[in-house]
Amino acid sequence: MSRLFRSNEVLVAVTIVLLSLIIGLNNPTFFSVGNLFDLLRSSIVMGIFAMGVLIVIVSGGIDVSFTAIGVFALYSTTRIMKEFMPDASIWIGFLIAAMIGLGLGMINAFFIARFRLPTLIVTLGTLSMFHGFLLFAIGNQIIRDVPPAMDAFARSALVRIPLERGIANLHPAILITAGVTLIVWLLLRYTMLGRGIYALGGAREAAERAGFNVPRIQYFIYGFVGLLSGIAGMTFGSMARQANPQDIVGTELNVIAAVVLGGAQLTGGRGTVLGTILGVTLVVIANNSLVLVGVPTVWQRVVIGLIILVGTGLPAIQAKRASKQGARLAEM
Amino acid sequence: MQATQKHNSFMNRLMGENQTLRLFIITVVIFVGFSLVLGDKFFSIRNLQSMAVQFPEFGILAFAIMITMLTGGIDLSIVGAANLSAIAAALVLTRLSGDGGAGMPLEVTIPLAMVVALIVASLCGLLNGFLVSKVGIVPILATLGTGSLYTGLSYVITGGPAITTTQLAFIGNGSIAGLPIPVIVFVVLAIIFAVMLNRTSFGFNVYMLGTNARAALFSGISDVKVLVRTYWLAGLVAGIAGIIFLARANSAKPDYGASFILLTVLIAILGGVSYTGGFGTVSGLVLSVLSIQFLSTGLNMLMLQLSGSSAAIFFRQFAWGALLLLVMVVNYYVEQRRQRAT
Amino acid sequence: MAVQLNRLLAQGNPYMAEEIIRLTGIHKAFAGVRALQDVSLTLERGKVHCLVGENGCGKSTLIKIIAGVYQRDSGSVQINGKEYAHLHPIDAIREGIQVIYQDFSLFPNLTVAENIALNEQLAEGRRFVNWRHVRQVAQDAVNQLEVHLPLDVRVEEMSVANKQLIAIAKALRQNAQLIIMDEPTSALTEREIRTLFTVIHKLQQRGIAFLFVSHKLNEVLEISEAIIVMRNGQVVSTGPADEYNTTRLVFEMTGQSIAEKSYDFTPDLTQPALLRVENLTVPGALHDVSFELRRGEIVGVTGLLGSGRTELALALFGMLPIAGGHIEIDGKPAKIRSVQDAIAHGIGYVPEDRLTEGLFLEQAIGRNIVVRTIDKLRGAMGLTDPAQVTQQVNDWVASLRIKTSNPALPVKTLSGGNQQRVVVAKWLASNPHLMILNGPTMGVDIGSKNELHELIKRLAGEGMGLLVISDDIPELLQICNRILLMRNGAVVEEILPRETDENALAAKLIED
Repeated sequence: MSRLFRSNEVLVAVTIVLLSLIIGLNNPTFFSVGNLFDLLRSSIVMGIFAMGVLIVIVSGGIDVSFTAIGVFALYSTTRIMKEFMPDASIWIGFLIAAMIGLGLGMINAFFIARFRLPTLIVTLGTLSMFHGFLLFAIGNQIIRDVPPAMDAFARSALVRIPLERGIANLHPAILITAGVTLIVWLLLRYTMLGRGIYALGGAREAAERAGFNVPRIQYFIYGFVGLLSGIAGMTFGSMARQANPQDIVGTELNVIAAVVLGGAQLTGGRGTVLGTILGVTLVVIANNSLVLVGVPTVWQRVVIGLIILVGTGLPAIQAKRASKQGARLAEM
Repeated sequence: MQATQKHNSFMNRLMGENQTLRLFIITVVIFVGFSLVLGDKFFSIRNLQSMAVQFPEFGILAFAIMITMLTGGIDLSIVGAANLSAIAAALVLTRLSGDGGAGMPLEVTIPLAMVVALIVASLCGLLNGFLVSKVGIVPILATLGTGSLYTGLSYVITGGPAITTTQLAFIGNGSIAGLPIPVIVFVVLAIIFAVMLNRTSFGFNVYMLGTNARAALFSGISDVKVLVRTYWLAGLVAGIAGIIFLARANSAKPDYGASFILLTVLIAILGGVSYTGGFGTVSGLVLSVLSIQFLSTGLNMLMLQLSGSSAAIFFRQFAWGALLLLVMVVNYYVEQRRQRAT
Repeated sequence: MAVQLNRLLAQGNPYMAEEIIRLTGIHKAFAGVRALQDVSLTLERGKVHCLVGENGCGKSTLIKIIAGVYQRDSGSVQINGKEYAHLHPIDAIREGIQVIYQDFSLFPNLTVAENIALNEQLAEGRRFVNWRHVRQVAQDAVNQLEVHLPLDVRVEEMSVANKQLIAIAKALRQNAQLIIMDEPTSALTEREIRTLFTVIHKLQQRGIAFLFVSHKLNEVLEISEAIIVMRNGQVVSTGPADEYNTTRLVFEMTGQSIAEKSYDFTPDLTQPALLRVENLTVPGALHDVSFELRRGEIVGVTGLLGSGRTELALALFGMLPIAGGHIEIDGKPAKIRSVQDAIAHGIGYVPEDRLTEGLFLEQAIGRNIVVRTIDKLRGAMGLTDPAQVTQQVNDWVASLRIKTSNPALPVKTLSGGNQQRVVVAKWLASNPHLMILNGPTMGVDIGSKNELHELIKRLAGEGMGLLVISDDIPELLQICNRILLMRNGAVVEEILPRETDENALAAKLIED
């Protein structure tokens, strides 16, 4: 029993259930289809970002530049589509955004793999560079008249359920998140590359000795995260029907917090797709649904802060206790 | 080897062991370079004064980042703590005196506002210290959480908009003997930090703890004491920065200076503070603050001159990031050289 | 025991005298500094070899040449009869040479099964993971070793001994012909060592050769059939293990024989004991430990890993919660709840792991020395006085003869023996009455070891009390006037060195 509860995933799942019950009992609309669709909609972009962040954290690194990559890809793609291919389909847009993201991610990878620089510092630097370059050289005005393909995508729905008041729409972009999640799960679980990412995060030197090509893995990681970020940014803009160069940047810590709440450890080697889904769910519920129980929106950041502190504090206390016991029993 | 060393003594100094000297040369080169390119637009009393009131805001915060980085940690909550303190001070000022206030005299409310700001900041810092040392949360996550908490509390208090008060403008705009008051605050803090880090056992222990926490434990250094004090100091410094924010902007708001976190980490790294802890000097940090200010202002003017567009202000954001990476790459090559030499 | 095991290992070996590796006239230099000079040796199939020598004698360079990590400057390398002009790591692995480093190169976050199978899968160039196959591969390897290992548990939850078995299983999966192990028994308990030997014996019968690298002399004699001694980059002596004893090994390793003197001391019983411990209990670690230590005494504490010897030190130094018992210092009751309490009572502790627990490697030698006393070296306005700091640093560098050109250099630039002196200096600077030294000469070469022993005796002569925790039996007999034997968290016997000898003490150590 205690072993079960020591698993982070169970802890987060229990928290989600309790939180849902508390909110739902106070305000039954929480359990409505409309709210469910709203929650799913809110987790689309964060979910894609979180999968990228998970891979980086498992490998023992950290990436804070993914938001800048996302908004860079979104804004550039929107401009490219508007100016060169106004009639292109949304998938061309996603493709362009993904490629831009991949390219920017490779810049991160270059500094990390070639010079073995600490990932936090590199991505702090590129966060500033990418965002600065976007605002300075590509544009700093909000684009509101997005290409028709984006507009149409924003209005599309996967499922439409008529309700008493209005219609509950499930946005098809949820399929992107689902697809990305599945791919990342398969990657981490069933490919040698994925196991190499765990190996790298667990013991870098041993990974090198075992014959993993660590720089190549790092190029993959940061390139892939860039690609996912490009897709996530494009998804964000296509759902919001605008490309605002000041959007997304600044939310990186929320995503990282969600992934960490899901059990990934910043020291590397640990983290699961399931845990990340749970972490994102918890953050999204806390972000979206507290209003339903009368917590004003200005409290949102306080609640997020508290969730981060409790979510990281409990495992930390457990680890401290375990290591105290461990020190005593290490030699027994 | 010896021959090349003689031929290349300037490059050697630039790439050599003495990081402070290297930084000093970089700072001078940046300053002289912009003075030559931009002429008296850059090298003028007016511009020097304008730069002098800008850098203390982030320069002061850099001390907070620095001391936490020396212990091997980081404090991502400093901007949140600074804004929360500024809001607390602004509340005291607007509620107790001024037009809509209780009519208390400024001689009372201004010191009171500052004390309240510093108390709030201290509490923020102490909470960080408690979470990092007693609870054992990794500093980056603990301060990420508290940063969100402090910013969140600012939103809760203000409801979103800024609180405006001009009662501290005399600090923001004032000067003593020709020196802007924020610069004086920066200089005093630099001296206090230099003395504290080099000439007290607390400072000594900060470096040792940052080098090897386990050896520190086995040497009888109390990590809890050192860490709580470190994060408390970081909070306190953030509070001072918060007062300067309020004094300069004549308003306090929850989301002021969000870019300062990145900027201060950049300053610390550029100034030679090790990101794994244990190494870094106040002189390096001060030079780093100055070179960043010269670079920001100079690039701004240069890009404005070249492009004429208002987007020029965004260029420095790009330049900061690029500079951070450049410094890290240079450090990488310096380290490579040194390893080859031994 | 040594004889027994040797017999066990040597019996019925069908592979005698079949060479797996032959090195002839190997030379290697780094940046003009000679590391290996004219090294020739052969390693035979199915045999356990041991390579001994002091730190810096060229052992690790030699191993890296065998593994293909370094390239020799001249000389020839023959593996399985094949001459290699240029040996790459991949060639070495293909020829079945597997190096197990001290950290085992395992992934703590992955399961036992995956750790065993990973390298093989990678070598096969697989792109996808078949988990059933992974498990099967691991099960096969474990079956070959005839040991029990839980395959689905993460390696971080395994004991050191099991990690070692996992590393061996991993090596086997890659068709190991020669397994090179760095300090294989240094962190094992007696029972674990026996399991390891049984496993080695089985593998030996299948023709697998072993090369152990060690500088623990007892072990060397215990487990090897062939000894190779290195000194200053040269092989100075080789031969069957039964031709060597500790004295000869020391002589071969250092080139000098070191006289063994014992330390006799009769304490002044009229004074209260410096340290009196009564029924000290730490749950799960120590039960009812009682003993006394007087000024001028050097009391040894020995026992196997897990006997409670390190826990006793940690408890006295305030790092383990004391649940019961009574501690008196100079006749006064003392409560030790934290390191600070212990220090306040005049206790100093030289920890087991010098590199991670004793030193701040990147910091200056001087800073490492004054870390305990910095608070007292104050001048005007209560600020640290650099002149006093320099004075103290120079004094200690001189009096402990720490060999350095400049105390401002990082302590990592020093040799092991000099580093240990820095740790000792750090404590001596704060004038402790009682020093606890845990493995004071571990990883220190024999010359420095002797000087450290002299230092310990000198300190006792000056009236300090010393508690020396060690599993180095000759060391204990040489420097202690009493030895406490620990087993299962309790002190089971008090031994006087003059009433015992090496073999008798070794036998007591492993008694169940």
